[in-house]
Formats: sequence, structure tokens, C-alpha cells
Amino acid sequence: MFTALLIEQLLNGLQLGLMLFLMAAGLTLIFGVMGLINLAHGSLYMIGAFACATVAAATGSFWIGLIASLTAAAGVGAIIEVAVIRRLYDRDHLDQVLATFALILILSEGSRWLFGSFPLYLDIPPVLQGAVPLPGGGQYQLYRLAIIGVGIAVAAGLYMLISKTRLGMRIRAGESDREMIGALGVDIGTLYTVVFALGAALAGLAGALVGALQSVQVGMGEPVLILAFVVIVIGGIGSIKGALVGAVIVGVVDTMGRFLLPSLLALTMPASQATTIGAALASMLIYVVMALILAFRPSGLFAAQS
Amino acid sequence: MNRILAASLLGLSLATSSLAHAEPVKIGVITTLSGGGAGLGIDMRDAFTLAIKQSGNKDVELVIEDDAQKPELAVQIAEKMIQGDKVDLMTGIIWSNLAMAVVPNTVAQDVIYLSPNAGPSALAGANCNPNYFNVAYQNDNFHEAMGQYANKDYKNAFILAPNYPAGKDALTGFKRYYKGALSGEIYTQVGQTDYAAEIAQIRASGADSVYFFLPGGMGIAFMKQYAQSGVNIPVMGPGFSFSQDVLPAIGDAALGVKNSATWSKDLDNEANKQFVEAFKAEYKRLPSIYAAQSWDTANLILAALSKASVKDKDAFRTALKAADFKSVRGEFAFNNNNHPIQNIYVREVVKEADGVLTNKIIATAFEDHKDAYAEKCSM
Amino acid sequence: MNRETTINLLLAALLLGAPLLATAIGEPFYVTLATRVAVLALAAVGLNFALGLGGLLSFGHAAFFGLGGYVAGIIATHAFNAEPLFAGIPATTSMPLIWVTAIVVAGIAALPIGAISLRTTGVYFIMITLAFAQMIYYFAISWPAYGGEDGLSMSMRNAFPGVNTAKPLPYFLICYAALIATLLFFRVVEGSRFGSALQAARQNGTRLAAVGIAPFNIRLVAFVVSAMITGFAGALYADLNRFVGPSMLSWHMSGELMVLIILGGKGRLFGPVAGAMIFVFLEYVLGGITERWQFFLGLILLGIVLFARGGLLGLLSGKPRHV
Repeated sequence: MFTALLIEQLLNGLQLGLMLFLMAAGLTLIFGVMGLINLAHGSLYMIGAFACATVAAATGSFWIGLIASLTAAAGVGAIIEVAVIRRLYDRDHLDQVLATFALILILSEGSRWLFGSFPLYLDIPPVLQGAVPLPGGGQYQLYRLAIIGVGIAVAAGLYMLISKTRLGMRIRAGESDREMIGALGVDIGTLYTVVFALGAALAGLAGALVGALQSVQVGMGEPVLILAFVVIVIGGIGSIKGALVGAVIVGVVDTMGRFLLPSLLALTMPASQATTIGAALASMLIYVVMALILAFRPSGLFAAQS
Repeated sequence: MNRILAASLLGLSLATSSLAHAEPVKIGVITTLSGGGAGLGIDMRDAFTLAIKQSGNKDVELVIEDDAQKPELAVQIAEKMIQGDKVDLMTGIIWSNLAMAVVPNTVAQDVIYLSPNAGPSALAGANCNPNYFNVAYQNDNFHEAMGQYANKDYKNAFILAPNYPAGKDALTGFKRYYKGALSGEIYTQVGQTDYAAEIAQIRASGADSVYFFLPGGMGIAFMKQYAQSGVNIPVMGPGFSFSQDVLPAIGDAALGVKNSATWSKDLDNEANKQFVEAFKAEYKRLPSIYAAQSWDTANLILAALSKASVKDKDAFRTALKAADFKSVRGEFAFNNNNHPIQNIYVREVVKEADGVLTNKIIATAFEDHKDAYAEKCSM
Repeated sequence: MNRETTINLLLAALLLGAPLLATAIGEPFYVTLATRVAVLALAAVGLNFALGLGGLLSFGHAAFFGLGGYVAGIIATHAFNAEPLFAGIPATTSMPLIWVTAIVVAGIAALPIGAISLRTTGVYFIMITLAFAQMIYYFAISWPAYGGEDGLSMSMRNAFPGVNTAKPLPYFLICYAALIATLLFFRVVEGSRFGSALQAARQNGTRLAAVGIAPFNIRLVAFVVSAMITGFAGALYADLNRFVGPSMLSWHMSGELMVLIILGGKGRLFGPVAGAMIFVFLEYVLGGITERWQFFLGLILLGIVLFARGGLLGLLSGKPRHV
């Protein structure tokens, strides 16, 4: 019985991790190519969820909602890149933090203006309802398995995109030498807009997928934003592989910490204390892990050469 | 000449006496109107302004400000209302942590504060205050009611709440009346949105029921994921998680869930019928429990104003304490600690003919319930 | 006297004059608002010490702000309940003693955080400081002894010898004096050998190492001093609100402190003061006009960062002295 639970919890950790990867991939790509810290990435996640919930409610189809979420997040991403973000590439990180902090305020309150103050409804599509049996007698939810699948597919797709396509070549060139690819006649402005929109679409996809599990509401992007930053810093900023590894580490450590710490502590102290102290420690755990990793590897696990 | 003077003097004295009768009253409303928790504050504000409007009392002036759910900002607004606007009364705060930041200093400056939601235990016991009136509930009440009701059917409950004071108060409240065994007790992270790990533990625990307190988006996420997980152990929760503001977002996953509350749309009394009709007509949506409590708060103030001048604090406090108003919750009185004595009901989430999810009362958990801290209050 | 110095003196006079005028015309609330400006400015001066002089972009200074606040709140609560703090040490309500404790505690916390964080640079530094602040934030929320998420409410302000701190104006004057004293300290350090070494470490650490000064040590000292100033401000903030809670430790607070510096003008002595004035003013005025105030606040902040490089002081006084 315990083994089955353990397997289920490991899958939960993996699922949380791959969801974080969708967020972190966009964030790390944008940082790697353009050198931009984008605090508003969580707002794009929120926009994806809102778009999916609204369209799914209107059409009755989760899948049309999913397409809407990709379109809306990529569209808003492209608009803010052209209107705001591209003025920030040659600024220092401090200006980027302030400008994207301001974007959070604008996008959050703007969404509330458009969609109202009450949480929206979004459910998982009928095809993906239900559970599959696990070895050892447990079972696992189909939809969460699908999220794991989407995460792996996106990771593979990004790998192919970056290593095999012309766009990927330009992205890699942009990461290593910005002036050079400009001099070679690549329209760097368009490249940046495309990369930013791609990152935004991934965030929107994550928002829509998670929106079916959670509450679609203003402010939903902020907790996941901070986690996504933890992920890319652990993995090494700019590295897609690092984002994947970092995301799985964060997902598994967080889930297993919540699951195991209270019971481990219960071996050494009264149960009532163990539950609260265990929960307190579990909430700090991923930050402790992050600090430890950075203390020994100051540029993360897979630092892109800079 | 003399007659004219006398007449105008008479007119003047009439004018002043009617002025004295209808002296303007300024009420400061601090509530959450922006950010993720804005839905609750908007219901609070809408019901409050509607009650004042319907009363036709033209002498009530409202000063409404948004606290953005930040304690420091709420403190600043409270100072502004007291020192700058010179309000006579204050109300509006939704969240316990904001109430803890604002209320002690407000009542210490001899300003009367009426809570339309949130009743932290720290303000109900030894630190009770004659200037603090809680028109809503003491934080433990809903959980106590569900603990009491759980005794009927369940012997082995699994309970969970966020790891912060209100969460611990909630589970303490539940356990105060629940007599059965606990198959598990979990404290989750504040703001947590994924409950897969906890649901797996619930499934493995062998519990015969689950009680959870997860306010706001946390509760929506938990209920959706719980329903999706296929675990079919019955769930119970406090009414907040099944209130009209969140039910549409949970959807059918909430159907059949039993939850405790002091109010429900179908509560059978005249004041409630009028309230629900008026709110629906004005705002084209169903009121939540926050709207109901706020409506009561406004009517309590209006009733007290018709009996005493707000400038005479002692008389006004006595008038408030009498609670001589038609509550949408039926019988309502104040205990010695200025917290409510009221019935607490068990509701079930149902779907109405038009497809709208709402609650229906199925039992009364407590009659004339008092909170557990009143005896520590020396008032 | 150059233009920036003139503007600095004007800002200092404005911040002092406004509450005096408000008291004279019987509007004590504006004194409270000015006190908030002074305390937030002081916290941002602390951050500016690391950020402006040392180029250390800390996204975790809320940790020190909150720690200072909690020191004040916890000591005051113990004093109110007449309980000793620990090991029989009596609690106190004396502000100077509480300030010293807050400064020391913030410094002690900053030492290991700085020592680990300073091994990293750039974005990694930003994020690791954020990680440490988040650790303390979650600890404060879930630790039950001092209120957890509800925070601690203080029944009255702590005492300062010979001053009635409960009244708005005297408390403002205390905070104002603290701000001015710290600004003077900032100015002195900036011109000292240590200040030159720190600025050299920011511009070119390798060159500094070549002349025999370890940039790491210089930066660590700067980080710790910076945290101490911000911790001091935290203690004042707790007494201003008579409340301390985990929101003082949240990443929003760290972000706001950065916002204050950029609004006013980074790398400038009075940048944080000007920034705090604009921010508190905007929050107050917009909040009074519309419940959508955060939307418009966002637009204005965005406008300033995009079109007014160098912040308010940059607009008013031309080219900055450094950066």
C-alpha cells in the first residue's frame, strides 16, 4: 500500500514539475536570448487560463479553449513585446524588474476589468476524465498523465526547434552574439518578438492546462512565477535542459516534502506538533534546496556559457 | 414685527431640532476591491450600499476605500478615516489578518468598529472591547457546527487546513465538537494550488469523511481536484467554500457537499426574502454570505441610529448591543463579548431548475450558538 | 552647490515642512502619511547602499525589513505581557534599545545570506536573495508563536525618552531624524575609502583584486550594512503601524523597495526619498479616486521607467554622478 502511494506521489511530483517546466521554458528562453527578466510571465499564464475558461464556457469545448489560450497569450505577449519589452533589452535588470512589475499591476487589474472579480469555471475535457491503474494497486488520474505527456512533448519539441530548425539556429546565434546575427542580416526585432510570443504561448498553455485543475482567478500567476524562477535558477538560466531538470527537482522535492516531512518528524516529536512544523519546513524546502545548489554551483546545474 | 421675529425664531428652532435629529453620520468602509480576493469585498460593499440606499436615510455618508488585501495599507486607510475624514463608525474588513492589524488600534481610539466578516479568536476573549461588534461570526463557529453535525454519520474523519492561525483555529473548532477518531490531520501550504499529494493521502487513509477549510482559490482548487480524482469519501466544509461567489467556479464537483453556515438564500424569514430579491434586482446575481452579513451590519447600524445619536458613544453602543433589527439570519442577539448568538445550519449544494448551483438548508447544527471565548471576556 | 544638492535640500525641506503645515491646519493624517514616506525612504536608502553604491541587486530586502519589524513587535509584545524575552532577559519598550536589537538581528541574518549569495552574480544574485526572503516569509506565516499570518498587533507605540510617540508629529520627527542621519552616514561612506573601494568593486572587481583588496569582503560588508539600515526602518515601520505581519516579508515588499529607488533615480543620494514621496502620493491619491487604482499605478510606473530614465531626480537635475 505504501509503495503504491509512493509511486503516486512521485508521479504527482513529476506532474507538478512538468507543469512548471512549461512556465520555466518560456522564461529561460526569453532570458537566454534577450537577457530579460520578465516578472510578467505569470500574467501571461493567467491570461491563458482566462482565455481558455471564457472560450470553453462559450463554445462548450475545452479544446477550442486551449487554442484560444495559446492565441491570446501569444497575442498579448507579442503586443507587450512591441509596445514595452523591446525598449528594455539594453536596460539593466533593475529597470526590467520595475517595468515588468508595472505590467503585472496593469495585466492583473485589466483582466479583472474584463472578466469580473469572481473566479471562473473550467473543467477537464470528458475524454481525459477518469483514472488509470498503477502497478501496486494504486491509480492515477488520466488528465495529470496527459499534463506529463504535454510537458515531455514540449521539451522534445523545443529541443528539435532549437537544434534542427533555422529559427532555432537564429535563437542560438542570438544567445551567443547579438551584434553578429544583426550584422548577418537577420531581422533581430522580429526574432525577439517571435521568441517572446513563443514563451508567452507556453505560459498560456500551462495556465489553460492548470486552470482546469485550479481556480481561474486574478493573481493565480504569482505563486507559479516565483516557482518558475526557482526552477530556471537551479537549472541554469538560458538552458532548456536545465529548466527541465530544475522543474522536475522542484516538483518532486516539493511534493515529497509535503508528503514525507510531517511523518518523518512524527518519529521524534508529538504528532500535533509534527504536522504544523513539518508543513512549515515543507514550504521552505525548495528554497533551501535552491540556496544549497547555488552555494555550490553559483550558475546553476546546466549554466549556459556566458 | 415681534410676531415675525417669534415666527422666524420658531422656524429656526424647528430647523435646528430637525437638524439635531438628522445629524449626518459618516461610516468608513475598508474592504478588498482589487486583486484576487476582490469578489468578497465587492459583495460586501454592494450589499452595504444597497441597504443604506433602500433605507432612504439621506444622512448616512459612506467613505469607501480599497485595502488591496494588504494589512499595512488597511492600517493607513484606517488612520486616514479616523484622523482625516473623522468617521463615526468603521466596518468592511473581510480578512482576519487585516482585522487584527486594524481593529485593536481603531477601538483604542474610541471609534466603534463593526465586523461584517472575520472574527479572530484574539478579539473575542480576554481582549474583547466595548467598541468592537462582530456582526458575522467568531472564526471557529462554522467549523464547530460541522464537527457537531459529523457526529451523526461519521467516526473516522480526515481533516485539513492551511498552516496559519485561521487554519489551526478551524481544525480546533471542528475537533471541539467532533467526537469520532481522526484518520489524518494535514496542514497545507498557504496559497497552495495543487492538492494531488494530499488527496492521495486521503485515499490511502481509510477515512470515512473529509473536512477541509481552504478559503478562496485554495478551496476551489481542492474541490475540483478532489472530484476529478475519483475518491468518493464524502466531503464537508465550511460555508465559505460553497458560497455563491465560488460555486460557479467549482461547478458540479460541489453538488451534494454538506457545509455549515449561519445564512442561506432559502432561509425562511421575511427580511431574508426582501434582501435576496432586492440584491438580485439591483445586481443581477445571487448574494453570497458576505453580502448577507454586510446587509445585516448596515441594518444594525440604521436601527441603532434611529434610537441614539452616534455622537453619544455610550447610548449608541447600548443601541447597537440591543441588536433591534430584522436580521436575514432570523434570531440574532449579541453575547457579552459583542459576538453573535445565532443558529448555525447545515446546507447542501443543489442545482436549481435553471441550472444555477446554490445551497439548501437540510439541518440545524446549533440553536442560539455562542462562541467558546465569551467566558474569558470580562464585559 | 550644484543643482542636485539644491533639489535634495528642497526635498528634505518639503518632507519636513508638509507635516508641520498639516499639524498647524489640523490635518494630522498627512503627518502619518509623511511618516510613512520617511520610513519607506529609509528602508530604500538601506537597499540603495547595496544597490546604488555596490551594484548588488538584492530582491530580498523585505527579509531584513520584516525582521526589523518583528524584532520591534516581539519585544513590545513581551514587554506588554511582562514576560522576559528568553534566558531571563527582560523585554523593553525603549525605542533606542529596540532599534539596536533590530539592527543587530538584521545584520546577523545578512551575514550568512550575504556570504552565500555573493558567491553568485547577476540574475542568480537577484534570485538567491529572493529565495532567502521567501524562506523567512514562509517561516513567519507558518510559525504559530508570534501570530503567523495574522501578524502581531502592538497595543501602543514603544517609548522614546522625553517624547510622546503616540502623537503623529513627534513620531514623524523621530523617523525624519533617523532618515536624515542615515543619509548623512550614506554620504560620508560614499566619500570614504571604503565607499571608493565598493564603487570600484562594482565597476571592475578584477582590477580591485589586483591592488590587493578582496571585492568579496567589501561587498559583504556593504550587504550587511545595507540590511542593518533596512532592518532599522522595519522597526520604525512596525511602530508606525503598531502592527507587524508577514506581508512586510513578502516579495512584493522587496519589489516595492526597488521601485522606490528607480522612481526617485538610482545611484542618487536622495533617490529613495523622492521615490517614496511619489509612490506614497500616487497610492494615496489614486486609491481615493478609483478602485482600479492599481491599473493606473502600473501605467504611471511603466511610463516613468520607459520615458523618464533616471527617475524623478534624473528629470530634475540632469546627468547622474555615477551609473
